[in-house]
Amino acid sequence: MERSIQAIYGWLLALPACLLLAAFTHWPALASFLDSFWSTPKGRRPSQFVGLDHYRRMLVDDPIFLQVIWNNLLYALITVPTSILLALAMALLVNERIRARGLVRLAYFTPTVLPMVAAANIWLFFYTPGYGLLNQILTAFGLPDTNFLGSRDTALWSVMVVTIWKEAGFFMIFYLAALQAIPPVLEEAARLEGASHFVYLRRVALPLLMPTTLFVLVNALIGAFRVVDHVVAMTQGGPDNASALLLFYIYETAFRFWDTGYAAALTVVLLLVLGSISVAQVRFLDRRIHYR
Amino acid sequence: MRVTRRGFTALGAAAIGGATAIGGTVLGGRPARSTEVKLTFYYPIAVGGPITKIVDGYAKRYSELNPGVVIEPVYTGSYQDTMTKTLTALKGGNPPHLAVLLAVDTFTLYDEDAIVPFDELVSSEADRAWMRSFYPAFLENGAIDGKTWGIPFQRSTPVLYWNKQAFVEAGLDPERPPATWDEQVEFAKKLTKRDAAGNVTQYGIQIPSSGFPYWLFHGLVIQNGGHLMNEAGNEVYFDTPEVIEALQYQVDLARKHGVMAPGIIEWGTTPKDFFERRTAMMWTTTGNLTNVRNNAPFPFGVAMLPARKRRGAPTGGGNLFIFKRANEAERKAALGFVRWLTSPEMAADWCIATGYVATSPAAWETEAMRKYVAEFPPATVARDQLQYAKAELSTHENQRVTKVFNDGLQAALTLAKTPAQAMKDAQAEATRILAPYR
Repeated sequence: MERSIQAIYGWLLALPACLLLAAFTHWPALASFLDSFWSTPKGRRPSQFVGLDHYRRMLVDDPIFLQVIWNNLLYALITVPTSILLALAMALLVNERIRARGLVRLAYFTPTVLPMVAAANIWLFFYTPGYGLLNQILTAFGLPDTNFLGSRDTALWSVMVVTIWKEAGFFMIFYLAALQAIPPVLEEAARLEGASHFVYLRRVALPLLMPTTLFVLVNALIGAFRVVDHVVAMTQGGPDNASALLLFYIYETAFRFWDTGYAAALTVVLLLVLGSISVAQVRFLDRRIHYR
Repeated sequence: MRVTRRGFTALGAAAIGGATAIGGTVLGGRPARSTEVKLTFYYPIAVGGPITKIVDGYAKRYSELNPGVVIEPVYTGSYQDTMTKTLTALKGGNPPHLAVLLAVDTFTLYDEDAIVPFDELVSSEADRAWMRSFYPAFLENGAIDGKTWGIPFQRSTPVLYWNKQAFVEAGLDPERPPATWDEQVEFAKKLTKRDAAGNVTQYGIQIPSSGFPYWLFHGLVIQNGGHLMNEAGNEVYFDTPEVIEALQYQVDLARKHGVMAPGIIEWGTTPKDFFERRTAMMWTTTGNLTNVRNNAPFPFGVAMLPARKRRGAPTGGGNLFIFKRANEAERKAALGFVRWLTSPEMAADWCIATGYVATSPAAWETEAMRKYVAEFPPATVARDQLQYAKAELSTHENQRVTKVFNDGLQAALTLAKTPAQAMKDAQAEATRILAPYR
């Protein structure tokens, strides 16, 4: 009797979270999966069962899909390691006793707190051909004027730079916290043993930072596949899809083309990508990460 | 499953509706007059200025003039946002009664079975005369199956702006804009300035190509004697010689003649480029007229786009639509509001307040309009160009077909493909998308 009441209590306490999760996470995911087998309903054309047609279309008929996947992989492969390395370097720097340490920390963290649209507008000005900041610098050195966001070769890279600039400060905070959690006795002991600063870093600090690195890595990877605001604010995926990423393509398909059936199929692909990153985290990495 | 879900929503809505009705009677408040009709009106904002205030003012004025009809204007963001919100509301079973949406989205609304043609709403001969009172070019995008589904409201068309001071510096007549494609190149060459290192400091011309390059490019196509689609909206002509030639011309401006910046030119910063003298001429919408008038630090001119085989420009902007879900009384009231909003006096008022082109010849004959034109003659350029204008690119699956075309244009402008190849690919893809509609 006592135990069953306890159980009811337990379920009641969990109920709000369960309801929210079910309504806003599990049901939409399941519905997207089911909808991906149906054609998009239109007022004058009801929905029809099309089986795996949407998935076939992705692989055979839709060069844009293949391009956004490729763009997104490149985007992840470049931005994730770069911003992590940069974050580590910045954290090591502001962990030292340097002058105006608080100010430097603040400066590194500022890009992260800036709203994305504001940041994108600043960078739009930097990138503007002719009188934009970067081009003014380039031309001052006699280099040719570059249309950063308007050329196929530079558009995606220009978006990546903004991402790295914005993400590195955020990851720095994790590293800084981890660095400060390393007991100072370890460094003192290393000094007594005659280890140089570099050896201490390589043999002591970095291994102790590994859990943080893995945690940041997983988050950065998931983040790289969830980017949409940079692209919307800066390039709209152009020129000719050179800077389009997966989530941006899903948004366009769903809310510009109103092809909700195909968008559901694309969403399933995104869920698979995010799911496999999470599974990898649970299977291989979770044992080594201590969240507190 | 679908039926159950929809049924459930309807039940819920009915329950809430019932509760409100009971609440209304029991709690009293102002007893709603049985004849009162309330209309929800979605509208976007795409130009600068206090648009919200103007539209709210119109709604209030109409309600005062027509007791029993209450217009509730709802500002719904950009055109894109407004379309998203309208279609979402439609799928939820609660669309607005009226909305201002892009004229090119007519096919999308039609395919969703969302709107009613005005031909079914009008009853009197006066009504029918009203439907014929607009510039024909503005009605083209609203016509499907020989019926009129959208009434022109906030419409625009692209024009050429030129910097008179730069013309003088280049030894050109500041009062004579280029009238043909060849002149445009010739003038632009004279207007392009380079520094000692050979870098361009001032380009001759700028035709922006970001976001929706199809719109300005369509002007080149019409001038070259071509067109982009058929009236039924299920066929496109992207790979015709007229289109490929026009694209070659736009590519050549940058790559062969060196009078325009290479790559994709941002639409949003183009007026700024003009003010900063980065370009001496620009193509952009008449909607920028007030902006240029207020911000250009030099005397400027406004002209029709230059001609090749003929003059030509696409139309642009938004139409008024009435939604199918409205009942008989609501449709009647909505028609009344649309008629009032597009009457010559109101069209003139809207044109002066915003810079959009007044939609009927009668509007230009009003007292207010005559005064405005006398003060600011460039306002008439867009109107005079209308006789050469054609409907802008609009098909079934419009956004998707347009994107395919935009991608092709950008591929050619960034030299990833030749114009012929880019247009051939775009044609194949668009034909595939449109196949179910033929």
